[in-house]
Amino acid sequence: MKLDSKIPSGPLEGKWEKHIMEGKLVNPANKRKYDIIIVGSGLAGSSAAATLGELGYKVKCFTFHDSPRRAHSIAAQGGINAAKNYQNDGDSVYRLFYDTIKGGDFRSREANVYRLAQVSANIIDQCAAQGVPFAREYGGLLANRSFGGAQVSRTFYARGQTGQQLLLGAYSALSRQVGLGTVELCANEEMLELVVVDGHAKGIITRNLNTGEISRHSAHAVVLGTGGYGNVFNLSTYARQSNVTAAWRAHRKGAAFANPCYTQIHPTCIPVSGDYQSKLTLMSESLRNDGRIWAPKKKGDKRPPSQIPEEERDYYLERKYPSFGNLAPRDISSRAAKEACDDGRGVGETGLGVYLDFSDAIKRLGADTIKERYGNLFDIYKEITDESAYEVPMRIYPAVHYTMGGLWVDYNLMSNLEGLFVMGEANFSDHGANRLGASALMQGLADGYFVLPYTIPHYLANLTASSAPSTDDQEFVKAEEAVKERTEKLLGNKGSKSVKSFHKRLGNIMWDHCGMARTKEKLEEAIKLIPELRKEFWADVRVPGEGKELNQSLESAGRVADFLELGELMCRDALAREESCGGHFREEHQYEDGEAKRDDENFAHVAAWEYKGEDQEPVRHTEELVYESVKFATRSYK
Amino acid sequence: MNILNALFKTSLGKKVIMAITGLVLVGFVIGHLVGNLQIFSPPEKINAYAHLLQSLGPVLWVIRAFLLLMVGLHIWSAIALVLENKAARGAKGYANQKTLRASFASRTMKWSGLIVLAFIIYHILHFTTKQAYGPELFMVNLDGEMVPDVHTMMVLGFQDPLVSIFYLVAIGLLTLHLSHGLSSMFQSLGLRTRAWAGCLNKVSLAVCILYFLGNAAIVGACFSGFVKVQNENFQASSGELCTPNCQVCETRLASNN
Amino acid sequence: MNVKLRVWRQKNSETEGRFENYEAKNLNPNMSFLEMMDVVNEDLTDAGEEPIAFAHDCREGICGTCSCMIDGKPHGPEHGVATCQTYMRSFKDGDTITVEPFRATAFPIVKDLVTDRAAFDKIQQAGGFITVRTGAAPDANSIPIGKEIADLAMDAAACIGCGACVAACKNASAMLFVSAKAGQLNLLPQGQPEKDRRVLSMVAAMDEAGFGNCTNQYECSAACPKMISEEFISKLNRDFVGATVRNAVKAKAL
Repeated sequence: MKLDSKIPSGPLEGKWEKHIMEGKLVNPANKRKYDIIIVGSGLAGSSAAATLGELGYKVKCFTFHDSPRRAHSIAAQGGINAAKNYQNDGDSVYRLFYDTIKGGDFRSREANVYRLAQVSANIIDQCAAQGVPFAREYGGLLANRSFGGAQVSRTFYARGQTGQQLLLGAYSALSRQVGLGTVELCANEEMLELVVVDGHAKGIITRNLNTGEISRHSAHAVVLGTGGYGNVFNLSTYARQSNVTAAWRAHRKGAAFANPCYTQIHPTCIPVSGDYQSKLTLMSESLRNDGRIWAPKKKGDKRPPSQIPEEERDYYLERKYPSFGNLAPRDISSRAAKEACDDGRGVGETGLGVYLDFSDAIKRLGADTIKERYGNLFDIYKEITDESAYEVPMRIYPAVHYTMGGLWVDYNLMSNLEGLFVMGEANFSDHGANRLGASALMQGLADGYFVLPYTIPHYLANLTASSAPSTDDQEFVKAEEAVKERTEKLLGNKGSKSVKSFHKRLGNIMWDHCGMARTKEKLEEAIKLIPELRKEFWADVRVPGEGKELNQSLESAGRVADFLELGELMCRDALAREESCGGHFREEHQYEDGEAKRDDENFAHVAAWEYKGEDQEPVRHTEELVYESVKFATRSYK
Repeated sequence: MNILNALFKTSLGKKVIMAITGLVLVGFVIGHLVGNLQIFSPPEKINAYAHLLQSLGPVLWVIRAFLLLMVGLHIWSAIALVLENKAARGAKGYANQKTLRASFASRTMKWSGLIVLAFIIYHILHFTTKQAYGPELFMVNLDGEMVPDVHTMMVLGFQDPLVSIFYLVAIGLLTLHLSHGLSSMFQSLGLRTRAWAGCLNKVSLAVCILYFLGNAAIVGACFSGFVKVQNENFQASSGELCTPNCQVCETRLASNN
Repeated sequence: MNVKLRVWRQKNSETEGRFENYEAKNLNPNMSFLEMMDVVNEDLTDAGEEPIAFAHDCREGICGTCSCMIDGKPHGPEHGVATCQTYMRSFKDGDTITVEPFRATAFPIVKDLVTDRAAFDKIQQAGGFITVRTGAAPDANSIPIGKEIADLAMDAAACIGCGACVAACKNASAMLFVSAKAGQLNLLPQGQPEKDRRVLSMVAAMDEAGFGNCTNQYECSAACPKMISEEFISKLNRDFVGATVRNAVKAKAL
């Protein structure tokens, strides 16, 4: 497998412009002759579909939701970064670029990240013009806040619903194109297979979730914007339906899967309250500005927090990281909470939680000030737990909420499979080993509005075949048969265990073995356990209902089946990466003080995995990360 | 889209028709009430007012036709909206649906409207065309001209307790109808804004209360005898002298006997 | 706690549906309503029966997918939350809870509690946008927008498109949804050039989709999980009247 990143030569600042100039264009009159399939309708999918439709291509946009607006981009709360320097506080494209590279622990591609920072400003312009109601100052200009530990205020936001508003903006642009007839919207259609003809991605097979109908769709290029795979952990802050199936199907057809082990775990989520739990809810990180995190010093201390005297409380972040204290970065505070709980000092019914205590802040600032700052979050907390954080400390626990890994793509966002493009969270390219807050929205929209529309023409213009292959092509027939066979197999299995029970078990394995802190032993164990679970799944899963109608168990079964394969790959990747970086922490690789020990000499590369067949060991390929502009540096938060 | 199309073909247009015709009718009933309140003045006032209206001739018919058109459009838009709403809700209703906020008045518009319609028909037969249990019409001398004595007609009209009760009930329902209709009208025409919403609601309520009280006062005053018949012919016909030693009455009585 | 459920089951849009009774036992009051449904579905699956189909996704009240009519109110007894944010502690031990799909001609039932709300997308496609070519936007700060207006637009933009307004309305009217969508854009300076066109197109699309008429009862606003105000409906009415008049006048000019 050849991994050519196709990064343009020349100085960093000019790479993108040069690349645009060197790329081929498609004649405006010819654009309508090109069919493009876009799978996914989140920030990346909607914005790409709208833009390509507007340019004149014939676009089909697929979503398994009933409406494009339901995609999980909608749930992002905090904001979107852009190097606008509206605050006159010294921000610049280069600073945003550097912060992102550093935040990603030097495991992302320099040129991609620089381009991301470059187009970030255009995104804000575009969204504001679309009517996205960004927060504003009294003078009418856009407001900013600082976010994710950045030293400048470059985050644009719309109350606590930035993702929703940006998605609705992209959705409105998409809706416009659907109304104009340039984009065909295929809602309730789930992609279940990628069709590859002569080494080029040429189409997809979908199942209509409402009718069960399987259909073939061909195009000159296939674009995936299908999001992340955090639901492999079962419990996460992802939407229940978020899944890896589209990306995984592409992987099985030859697309390399890069850095699957890079998972971001957010430290401040509401803990699991019972076995029935379906979802974890994020509480904004900003709470750590005034809350103090602690766990009891004594193991198994079941007293209510108010009865635990001060000297029996362990403010472990303040103890371990005196200078950053409760504001230590996400990965560090997440790991520290896990350690306390593993040590038997966790709180709450399940023992998986630590306290985030506002009593000192309330004493110091008064309840009113706290209410003003965090009232909204305290309300959410109360809604979910029925506890008032003004009176008792919040209970928090880390939860999976983003995956930096994804399908490998080159500078053009094209995977190693010709004609298959991947955007947003579904690709791997921009966040390295750790994503900074407010950067996910930026990347999704950058890819969809400003990168893909410039890179896809180059591929299309080079196509020799003038038309998309017929859906009667042998490859389409074969792919459709495979989908039907798999569906029938799942429905006909008549086992004894529900899909959900398998998802839970997989989630537990992943969380215990490939979660916040990983070890060789645990990972090796998981690499044994997951295939066993997979085997059991196919032997004993029960999928009730029929295939020719809405069948949510069947949908979920197909997704869990793919998670059962992905989970193993994640463990293999985590095992092979003998270093700690960003969201990937190997206990064997840490400094004495518990800091992550990166190995730039041996692991400053992207690991891209090649699928070799069912129950075959995948092959690890690498793409060296070449830094022309920045130098490696170690993060320290002491 | 031209204006007529927009008014008659779209959902919002029909609501505008409903609101504008409602506005005209509200204006009419208030004007009607103000005219009728002259019952509390000497009889010449209201009789002169009635005579003025009657003497309008063709103009009166234009006004009547216009009001009829308004009523017709109001009813047409109501029927059209109800039918569309039924179709939109679908054949299968909820087994359980709570009312969250809708006022009693808003939920009974159909019924209050229908009963008020029946009342209006009765009212016209009662006082205008005099086909339904209408009191006898007397004439009265007004500045040398003999004109219908509306004052007496009204007082006599409310002598029957059943009629008075029906009027009170109908006026009550009309008020209920207005209490939703008035504020609704502002909403449908888009005149209800955040700044004005509170004020409009209060004004609507005040208008409704005053409207009901005004009408109830007329019925009550006539029924209770607070306002008395002052027509000499009537008094003659009922065997009384309007004033002691009234020559006219005496002559009439004599001739009647 | 234990509750009894009376749930609408319907195989597809073609077939007749009916209520079925279920029991949900040993519930934790801190469970969300949907997690309770998950438990019931696991029991059904284990018993070899088909689980109840219900729409859900983000489970944090923002995607607008969840949509049940619970005990006669869209999204359940609480105010200002979606079904996924309704917790079992809002019910009493031993309660019988009636769960129905949203009902409206424009929202045909797909299965059990799942309805097809594509009609909302159709309305959006008719005019729920500001025409701006990708890359053609001026600098974001070149169009200042007063904070009050921006905040109002955000109030409207908070709509999650769940359809509770339609479900709660006795007339299955979509006015709150349409007025929120159109209102957001009509408030902003960027939305002015297309304002009249937008209003007329969206209203036409709304009518065509078969939604009912607004009779100003404001049940929609009371049921809205984002508590969007009926004032936006008034604004839509105003914008509609203005657009109609301007359109008529404009057509005659020149």
